[in-house]
Amino acid sequence: MSLLSIKNLSVNFGHTEAVRNASLDINKGEMVALVGESGSGKSVTALSILQLVSNAKQQGSIKFDGMELLDAKQKRLQNFRGNHVGMVFQEPMTSLNPLHTIGKQIAESINIHQRMSKKAVKLRIRELLEQVELDELKNRLKAYPHELSGGQRQRVMIAMAIANNPDLLIADEPTTAVDVIVAAKILKLLKKIQKELGMSILLITHDLTIVEKLSDSIYVMKDGEIVENGITSQIFKNPQHKYTQHLLSSKPKGRAVAATKSPPVVIRAEKMSVSFPIKGGFFGGQIGAVDAVKNISISVSEGKTIGIAGGSGSGKTTLGMGLLRLVKTTGQIGFMGTRIDEFSPARLREMRKKMQVVFQDPYASLNPRMTIRQIIEEGLRAHNMKADMAEILAEVGLSSDMADRYPHEFSGGQRQRIGIARALALKPKFILLDEPTSALDLSVQSQIIDLLKDLQKKHKISYIFISHDLRVMRAIAHDIAVMKNGEIIEFAETEKIFNNPQHEYTRKLIKAAFLKEVA
Amino acid sequence: MTPLTKKRIDNFKANKRGLWSLWIFGILLFLSLFAEFIANDKPIYVQYDGKHYFPVIQTIAETEFGGIFETEADYKDSAVRDLITAKGFYIMPPIEYAHQFSLGTKVLAAPSGDHILGTDDMGRDVAARLIYGFRLSVLFGLALTIASSIIGIIAGSVQGYFGGKIDLFMQRFMEIWSSMPLLFILIILASIVDPTIFWLFFIMLLFSWMKLVDLVRAEFLRARNFDFVKAARALGVREHIIVFRHILPNALVSTFTFLPFILTGAVTVLAELDFLGFGLPSSYPSLGELALQGKNNLDAPWLGITAFVMLAFMLSLLIFIGEALRDAFDPRKVRL
Repeated sequence: MSLLSIKNLSVNFGHTEAVRNASLDINKGEMVALVGESGSGKSVTALSILQLVSNAKQQGSIKFDGMELLDAKQKRLQNFRGNHVGMVFQEPMTSLNPLHTIGKQIAESINIHQRMSKKAVKLRIRELLEQVELDELKNRLKAYPHELSGGQRQRVMIAMAIANNPDLLIADEPTTAVDVIVAAKILKLLKKIQKELGMSILLITHDLTIVEKLSDSIYVMKDGEIVENGITSQIFKNPQHKYTQHLLSSKPKGRAVAATKSPPVVIRAEKMSVSFPIKGGFFGGQIGAVDAVKNISISVSEGKTIGIAGGSGSGKTTLGMGLLRLVKTTGQIGFMGTRIDEFSPARLREMRKKMQVVFQDPYASLNPRMTIRQIIEEGLRAHNMKADMAEILAEVGLSSDMADRYPHEFSGGQRQRIGIARALALKPKFILLDEPTSALDLSVQSQIIDLLKDLQKKHKISYIFISHDLRVMRAIAHDIAVMKNGEIIEFAETEKIFNNPQHEYTRKLIKAAFLKEVA
Repeated sequence: MTPLTKKRIDNFKANKRGLWSLWIFGILLFLSLFAEFIANDKPIYVQYDGKHYFPVIQTIAETEFGGIFETEADYKDSAVRDLITAKGFYIMPPIEYAHQFSLGTKVLAAPSGDHILGTDDMGRDVAARLIYGFRLSVLFGLALTIASSIIGIIAGSVQGYFGGKIDLFMQRFMEIWSSMPLLFILIILASIVDPTIFWLFFIMLLFSWMKLVDLVRAEFLRARNFDFVKAARALGVREHIIVFRHILPNALVSTFTFLPFILTGAVTVLAELDFLGFGLPSSYPSLGELALQGKNNLDAPWLGITAFVMLAFMLSLLIFIGEALRDAFDPRKVRL
């Protein structure tokens, strides 16, 4: 008999059906992955196991160890939550209470379900911290969440979730909000916990690499329905449903666009630094500085793509913003033969049409008050240029009748196309791509990458592609620069980086990206 | 209309209590704008000798109706009434008293058919004063809200946009300025000049403009880092266009949620000052003054009760409207 058995579950919020007729089984000690794009109903399904969805109409049956959870009494559910099922959320910054020490928070989850002496609780907390590999915190139970890194916080969350030895652990996108290297470590930890404690884990994710490496079986969700399920290895070898096939084939593929030999340099930075002042004192004067980018020299040639990889806080985005002169820099920056670091604001504004940027979050980068036409025309008007709207939209794969709609009517992928169209309208020579795919669903990522490559081939545009995802970068970049603490620690051709990484940190990044040490 | 605005209006309409409050308040305000036609000691319309007269908006001498005096006709005088009815007719407003004192009325008369809410200690009709008082305090509040919002938004934008030294000095100035006691300044002022409504407006404006500054300033600081603002900068759009196209509309949204509460505050402060006797001269119809009369004449409970019910009703309506507006503009609820 399976530990958890969901039969024909439907969840409705008003008129929207979040989950339709979903059935799912989890056996004891099994790691089950629930895969799907954002909005497919994965999280709602998971929350309904704990009966934590509010204002929803639920139908069907959720049986845990023979006990029906749907319509169960509140008191019974409270005993059930945390005791039999633990949950780890996506965002480690907000799922811990910042006002309480971690010791107190872990103790709380123990005390709710178990009667133990204070001493025993303390011992148990130490044991838990050991289990989640947080030995450094064993004697720092009085630490507050803000003193911990994102990875440490996520581990504390896991410790709280497994405090009562639950039979099932639900992990809802546990690694999306943390760095690649940290993510790999956390996944490794989850796998270890599953093995050592014989726990079942329901892993919700949109990352297929994680699924392939970690899970025993897999459920694929689309638009609230489970379209396919089975043993992981079999599904990956022989997917039956069209959507699964599409999902599996949408890993970023191919290599960078072939470039002409010895192309001219488009943008070049010489010993560029960016530092942000730390202000303080009575009159808000400068009392120090954070060096986000230190003495970096880099150049991009026509029609080529330089990938910039690195963990969060490594200075990738600041480097890009500095090249575009959107933040103050020191050092030389040359663009198409002229030094733009000495330009006046007016000349710089004139130059902006030749260098553009595409942002990470397609939801935040389009003004919701403007139509697509207004958004794209904004740059054209600023430079007194004219262009054919239909042509621009066609180039990014959108149709011209979409021009007078507002951003919210489009999906994430379409919005990113609009962002690209906005940059493209000015016919730039250089585009900074700041994580253009990381906010998108997997199946859309590869489409955007293909689009960017097509445009590069056609217009000979140079790119700087900033990403923490080496798998995506491999498909588009000619050369890769690896950044750490504001410095480039390794720079080489893409394949060289992958096949023969020199620096220790680069090796770590690659291992983490492909989850080489996890499974 | 952008879909965002449409969604906000729909959100507002979904709050039934707020919608009803807005309707009731709107109707009351609209009616009170025509207070002269509702409560007046002059007829709305007079037909005399085949000619038409509108005494509410015209000054007509008594001689016109065949009387003796060349001054304006006193329509409450039965002699004048007889003169008019002899050769025509007149229509009086529903309440036959204006908010001023008129001859011959009883002081502190209890509510009756003649004075539906009674009279105050100067023999003025309370119902009439209530209508004029409502109009005065709402219009005063609205004017103060609009003026202080305009100044506040400009000041907040300047601080948030330029930042640095300007921001620093304006912040410190506001901290000092806002610690000045309004009441004492008004008391001192009252001993120097005769406080007309414009004086009072000016003095209150000196202090009320600061309410929105911090909010707009914070919104500007926040919006500077929005991706679509950065994108516009990268496109080479000029700074002042970015401010007016991208940043200001965003900052204004959050100020809207504050406006009804600023209005409530302004109405309350005016009533407070009148109650304490530092506000408008008592010739102005005022709700605060009515409350003061209620306190001074406890044996005439209709004064205090009327003032209380009116203030409570009006402020509740404004609060309900404010709540609905706040929900309608809540960025967490209008995410598209």
